[in-house]
Amino acid sequence: MELSLFQYLIRRALQSGVVLLVTGLIAFSMFRFVGDPVENMMGQERTDADIELLREKLGLNDPFFIQYWNFLADAAQGDLGISFRQGRPVVEVLIERLPATIELASVSAFLAIIVGITLGVYVAIKPFGWLTNTVLTVSLIGVSLPTFLIGIMLIYLFAVELSWLPSFGRGETVQIGWWSTGLLTVSGIKAIILPAVTLGLYQMTMIMRLVRSEMSEVLNSDFIRFARSRGLPEQKINFRHALKNTLVPVITVTGLQLGSIIAFAIITETVFQWPGLGLLFIDSVQFVDIPIMASYLMFISLMFVSINLIVDILYVMIDPRLRIGEAS
Amino acid sequence: MKKRVIFLSSLLFALMADTAIAKTLNWARAGDSLTMDPHAQNEGPTHALSSQIYEPLIQRDMSGKQVAALATAWGPSKQNPNVWAFKLRQGVKFHDGAEFDSEDVVFSFQRAMSANSDMKELLSSVKEVRAAGKYGFEIETNGPNPIMAANLNDIYIMDKGWAEANKAVKVQDVKGGENTFAANNTNGTGPYKLVSRVTDSRTVLEANTNYWGKGQFPLEITKINYTPIKNAATRVAALLSGEVDFIQDVPVQDLSRVDNDSGLKVIKAPQNRVIFLGLNQGDDDLKTDNIEGRNPFADVRVRQAMNIAINRAAIQKVVMRGQSIPAGVAMPPFVNGWTKELDAIPAGGIDDAKALMTKAGFGDGFSITLNCPNDRYINDEAICQAAVGMLGQIGIKVNLDAKPKAQHFPLIGKLQTDFYMLGWGVPTYDSEYIFNFLVHTKGDKRGSWNGTRYSNPEIDKKIVSLASETNLQTRDTTIAEIWAQIQQDLLYLPIHHQVLNWGMANKVQTTVSPDDRARFKYFTIK
Repeated sequence: MELSLFQYLIRRALQSGVVLLVTGLIAFSMFRFVGDPVENMMGQERTDADIELLREKLGLNDPFFIQYWNFLADAAQGDLGISFRQGRPVVEVLIERLPATIELASVSAFLAIIVGITLGVYVAIKPFGWLTNTVLTVSLIGVSLPTFLIGIMLIYLFAVELSWLPSFGRGETVQIGWWSTGLLTVSGIKAIILPAVTLGLYQMTMIMRLVRSEMSEVLNSDFIRFARSRGLPEQKINFRHALKNTLVPVITVTGLQLGSIIAFAIITETVFQWPGLGLLFIDSVQFVDIPIMASYLMFISLMFVSINLIVDILYVMIDPRLRIGEAS
Repeated sequence: MKKRVIFLSSLLFALMADTAIAKTLNWARAGDSLTMDPHAQNEGPTHALSSQIYEPLIQRDMSGKQVAALATAWGPSKQNPNVWAFKLRQGVKFHDGAEFDSEDVVFSFQRAMSANSDMKELLSSVKEVRAAGKYGFEIETNGPNPIMAANLNDIYIMDKGWAEANKAVKVQDVKGGENTFAANNTNGTGPYKLVSRVTDSRTVLEANTNYWGKGQFPLEITKINYTPIKNAATRVAALLSGEVDFIQDVPVQDLSRVDNDSGLKVIKAPQNRVIFLGLNQGDDDLKTDNIEGRNPFADVRVRQAMNIAINRAAIQKVVMRGQSIPAGVAMPPFVNGWTKELDAIPAGGIDDAKALMTKAGFGDGFSITLNCPNDRYINDEAICQAAVGMLGQIGIKVNLDAKPKAQHFPLIGKLQTDFYMLGWGVPTYDSEYIFNFLVHTKGDKRGSWNGTRYSNPEIDKKIVSLASETNLQTRDTTIAEIWAQIQQDLLYLPIHHQVLNWGMANKVQTTVSPDDRARFKYFTIK
C-alpha cells in the first residue's frame, strides 16, 4: 500500500518532536555536571542560608527531569525563563543575539559557496597547473588547522601587523526593527570579514573539493564529449553544461552545512568577540546559566531537526520511489 | 582646486577641534558587567562599571584610601555608639537633573538591604537607616560597629523619585520573572552617564558635565567605550593594534610583548587578593587520603612540613613569570592587621620538612586529593600543579582535581573537599572580614567560607568581639592575637599575593588600584 505524502509528513514530524524532547532531556541531565549557578550569582559575602534559599527558589534542588518538565511547561507558554547571568528574559536575550549569528553564518556561507565553487571549477578544468597545486595544498592546511588558531593568525596579520581590519566586535550596527545589522556600515562590513573567513574556511574547502570531484566526473561523461564534438566553445561546455550538472549535490550538502555553521560558530565568535549566540552560549556555560543553555540547545536542535525534515520532504516530493520504499 | 583646499583644511580643523575636546578611552576587559542595577550583583566587573555612574557615600581613591563622595563627613555618633552619622553633600544633581538628598540615601539603603539585594550581607549589622534633616543621614546598628564606613564603598545611591516613576523600587529578581527598568537604565550622580549598552558587546559612557567633583578630579576622559573581550589573545591583539587603549587583564605570557611595544606600557601593583591552600584539619578522618582512622592534616607538624615544602619563590619565578609576591600569611598587604613579620616566608628546607613528617609519623608519606579551580585566579591550575611536585618531595602524593569555578567553589561551601585552593580579596581592608568568613567556626552567620573545619571557641569569641569593639587600639590588639593563633595553627598555607597588570597606550596616565577598579575620573589622557 502506498503511504500518502500527508501521512509521511505527520510521521516525520512526530519523529522530529521525539528527537527534540530527548535532546532536551539529555541536556538537562548534564547541567548539574557543569556546576552550581548559585556560586556565580552571589557575592563572596553570601551565607550558607542565602545559598539554600536561592537554590530552592530557582528549583535547583529538584531532580533534573522535574526541572526539565518545568522548563517545557513554561516554554509551551512562550516563556523561556530569566537568564541567571543577565537577569533578563531569555527570549529577549536570544532575539538580541540572533541577528549577529545569522549575519555571520550567511556571509561566511556566501563566501564559502562563491570562492569554493570558483576554485573547484578551476582546479577541475586545470588539474595539473601550479595554481591548482597551491590551492589544493593551502586548502588542506586550512582544513587541518583548528579554527581558533586560524582566527588568531588572521587577527595578528590583518589587525595587528597591517591594521586593515578590526580584531574584535561587530563595528557600528544599524537597527531595523528588532534586527540589528552590521552590513550597512563600513565598519560593520570590515568587522565581519575576518570572522566570516575563519568560520567559512572549512566549508569553502569542502565545497571546493566536492565541486572538483563532481566536475571531473561530469567532464569525462558522454554528453560532454558529444558537446565537444559538436564544436561548442570550451567556456560554454564548462559553465553551461558541466557546472550545472555538478550543482545539485553541492547545494544539498551546503544547505545541510548551514545548520552546522550556525551551531559551530561558538569558537569563531569567542575569538572575535562576535556578540552572537555562540559567544552567549560559552558565557552561559561558564556561569552555569541554565535557562540560556537549555534554550540555546533546544534552538539548535530545533534548527537541525527542521533542516533535516525539510530536506527529507523535498526528497520525497522529488523522488516518488522513496514513498514506496517507506511502505514496503 | 582652491575650494577643495579650503574645504579640506576646514575639515581638518574641525577634526582637530573635535579631538581637542573629546577624549575617548576605549576600554576592554575579560568580562562584562552583569547588570546595571547597582544592588543586584555584588561582583567586581559589575561594580566597576556601576561605580562610574553611581556613587556611594564614601568611596576609595586609586590607592585604596577612603575619601568623601556623597557624604562629606561621617563618624560614630557621640550620643549613641550604635549610630553612625553622615553629613551629605549639598547641591548634587542626578543625571536627569533631580536633586540629591537624604530621602534618596534612605531609599537606596533600604533597597540594598531588601531580600533580592546581593549587597544585604554587607549591611547585616544595620538595624535601621533614617534621614536626619535634608542633608543628614544616620545608620543605627545592632551594637556598635566601629568599621561601618568600610562596608559602604559599594552601596550605591539611586534617585528615589526616578526609581518610583520607573517601577524600579525592587531589586531585580532572577526568579521573579521581572526585568526591572534599573537593570538596563541608570540615573546616578557619578562622573559618567550611560549613553548606550548592548550586553557583552559595547557600553558607551559620556562625561557628566554637571558633576559635583569638577575641579577636584582630573575628569579628562570625556567618552568611554567599554567592550568585554573574552579571549585573552584577542584582547592583547586589540591593544597592540590600537583599537583599545586600556585593558585590565594582560595575561602574564604577553606582558613583555605589550611592554616592548613603543606605543604601549604595562603598569603593575600588588592586588588586594591572596592565594592560599586550605586544609581539612578538623575531621577525624579524611575521605580522599589513604590513611585509615587518622587525619594527617590534624597534626600541626604535617601542616608545617607542607608549609615549608611549598617553594613560593619557584612558583613566582616559573609559574607566575615574576608576577606575584610570595606570601606568608593569608591576608593581602593592604589590610588592617598585616605586618611584614606575619607575611614572612617560612624558614627551612626540604630536609626540615621531611624531619617534621617523620616526627609526625608520616615518614612514608600519604596520598591526598587537591581541588583546584582552573578559570578563577591567574594560572590557578598551574600553581596547583607546581604544588603537587613540591609536596611530592616530602612524600605526599597529591592527586590534582582541577575544575571550573562553578564546580570548584561549591565543594568548599559544602565541605566536600579536604584540600583546596582559594583566593581572597578584602573589600573592607580589615582583618575582621577575613576572620568572619575564613576563620570563625562554620555556622549560619559566620564562617561560610571556612572549609578547614577549624573550630576554636576562644578565637570565635574574639572574632565576635571585634564587631562591637569601639576602642580601635584594643581592637587592633585582638586582631594581632587572632593572627598569632592562626599562624601557629596553620589553617591555611599561603602561596602569594596576586599582581595586577594593566596594559595601556602611552597617552593614558593612571596608577593601578589594588582592587582592580579603574576609577576613570582619576585618569589623565593626552
